[in-house]
Amino acid sequence: MKILSIEASGQVAGCALVTDGVLTGEYSINFKKTHSQTLVPMLENLRRMTELDLKTLDAVALTEGPGSFTGLRIGAATAKGIGLALDLPLIPVPTVDSLAFNLFGTDALVCPLMDARRSQVYTGIYEEKTEPACLLPACAVPVSEVVSRLNSLGREVIFLGDGVPVYREQLREELRVPFLFAPAHLSLQRAASTAVLADLLYRKKGDACYVNADDFRPLYLRKSQAERQREEAEKAGEMEALAAGRLVKEMALKKETMEEDAR
Amino acid sequence: MAKDITILGIESSCDETAAAVVVNGRTVLSNEISSQIDIHTLYGGVVPEIASRKHIERINQVIRKALETAGKTLDDLDAVAVTCGPGLVGALLTGVSEAKAICFARDIPLIGVHHIEGHISANYIAAPELEPPFICLVVSGGHTHLVIVRDYGEYEILGRTEDDAAGEAFDKVARAVGLGYPGGPKIDKAAKEGNPDALHFPRGKVRDSRYDFSFSGLKSSVLNYLNTEKMAGHEISVPDIAASFQKSVVDVLVSHAMEAVDEYHAENFAIAGGVASNSALRAAAQKACEERGVRFFCPPPVLCTDNAAMIACAGYYDFLKGKRSGYDLNAMPNLPLK
Repeated sequence: MKILSIEASGQVAGCALVTDGVLTGEYSINFKKTHSQTLVPMLENLRRMTELDLKTLDAVALTEGPGSFTGLRIGAATAKGIGLALDLPLIPVPTVDSLAFNLFGTDALVCPLMDARRSQVYTGIYEEKTEPACLLPACAVPVSEVVSRLNSLGREVIFLGDGVPVYREQLREELRVPFLFAPAHLSLQRAASTAVLADLLYRKKGDACYVNADDFRPLYLRKSQAERQREEAEKAGEMEALAAGRLVKEMALKKETMEEDAR
Repeated sequence: MAKDITILGIESSCDETAAAVVVNGRTVLSNEISSQIDIHTLYGGVVPEIASRKHIERINQVIRKALETAGKTLDDLDAVAVTCGPGLVGALLTGVSEAKAICFARDIPLIGVHHIEGHISANYIAAPELEPPFICLVVSGGHTHLVIVRDYGEYEILGRTEDDAAGEAFDKVARAVGLGYPGGPKIDKAAKEGNPDALHFPRGKVRDSRYDFSFSGLKSSVLNYLNTEKMAGHEISVPDIAASFQKSVVDVLVSHAMEAVDEYHAENFAIAGGVASNSALRAAAQKACEERGVRFFCPPPVLCTDNAAMIACAGYYDFLKGKRSGYDLNAMPNLPLK
């Protein structure tokens, strides 16, 4: 089983290759360059360095979301393009599942925190003792909500992810259970974790973990601002004002970069 | 005879997800367009985040359909050409990332194409006899450019809009008179029932520049007129406003273009871009060219709208010149035409 994995859900761009359960190679860059510039060059390097014949791949794994909308789409389009070109299935993994799997063999709970802005985190709660188990699946909530869940579980917890530096003080104040922050090399999205987790999923579930590349869609966990405004307009009977362009601010009448908040 | 060059084009710069297979730059084997227009109409314009999400949902199917219709597989391709700018960055990124992944996976050359270069190239598909040099007026929702096409891929920009694009003015006026989105076709249709001389709106002039355009004054003038009539309690005639507004836009576009045609003694004049579908513009440009004995070129509407056949065509001429893009090709929302 040969799985190529792609990571573009946050600031980290990365890729990894797992061959029959062995991590053959991994690239990981946590730098300001856009994923569009780094991801495929990394894949090409990985291919050359590991003398990979792409035709021997069995699947492409990726973090499906949550994460940066733009990053998720770069990862998704890259995975879908490879899937289309080589007739490969995708193995999508929730970003927070992959992050939690950075840690293993601990009695503590693992809680990834990704900064989702608008006062929320993308998070989940996991056990990574002998195999990954999910106690709270991927969601977008205020950090206080996940804290109160952890307090009620009453177990030691390890935090990781790019939301940690944002909420460190609030966590210290509100947590009533012992806690740790993961060190830098375990704290961010890793394509290797995704590839190994995908490999594990395949061993457990077989083809059932596959998603057709054509049908794959990112897991945004959030509607776009415009869709939320549309729902409000529907309730308020203001669909005419919506269609007249009076409600949605980020309209692109001009082909400019008026992109919505990237998260 | 030289081997045929087969290129897959991919376009996702705004609200159409498109893919096409074109042989030797001018023979279109397939031209698939998946339009998102219905969903954006609900919002009165293109919403970037929604456009990006829709592109991701549709892109593989559209590419597959283009290959299938053309009776080709990825093995038959000599290159993949993709729009890399200008446009909405999130929308562009979908096509660019997808194209790079396909090229990486199958070791196919990648060519990043300028969107406006694509629009201009639509004329090569529509008119097999057309060769540079010629003068081209590119008018769309995002662009208004008057360009000398010196050679394939070699452009000199004579003029551009200093504020709104022509298509943008159509959208804004259509909204103001309650016709909704998309403004171009709706104004065109309403104008057919109206009198273009019923109202006089200004013809935008740009100081010290013969070829640049300005449409914001015209737009404001229409909005002011609407307000004044409303305050006075008068009924307005949407067809007359549409026809008079459209006439003002067309007058400016055609008079600037013909000034360039005369100055440069051009033998060929072409129009391109979404607004090139406008019936009044087509008629006026054709008439002005006939008066001068200049040959007039205009792609059919399916090649005026955003499409991937035009991108594959532009990519073909880049391919012949040996131009290739690296895997670090990025989406460039404000990419200038060189």
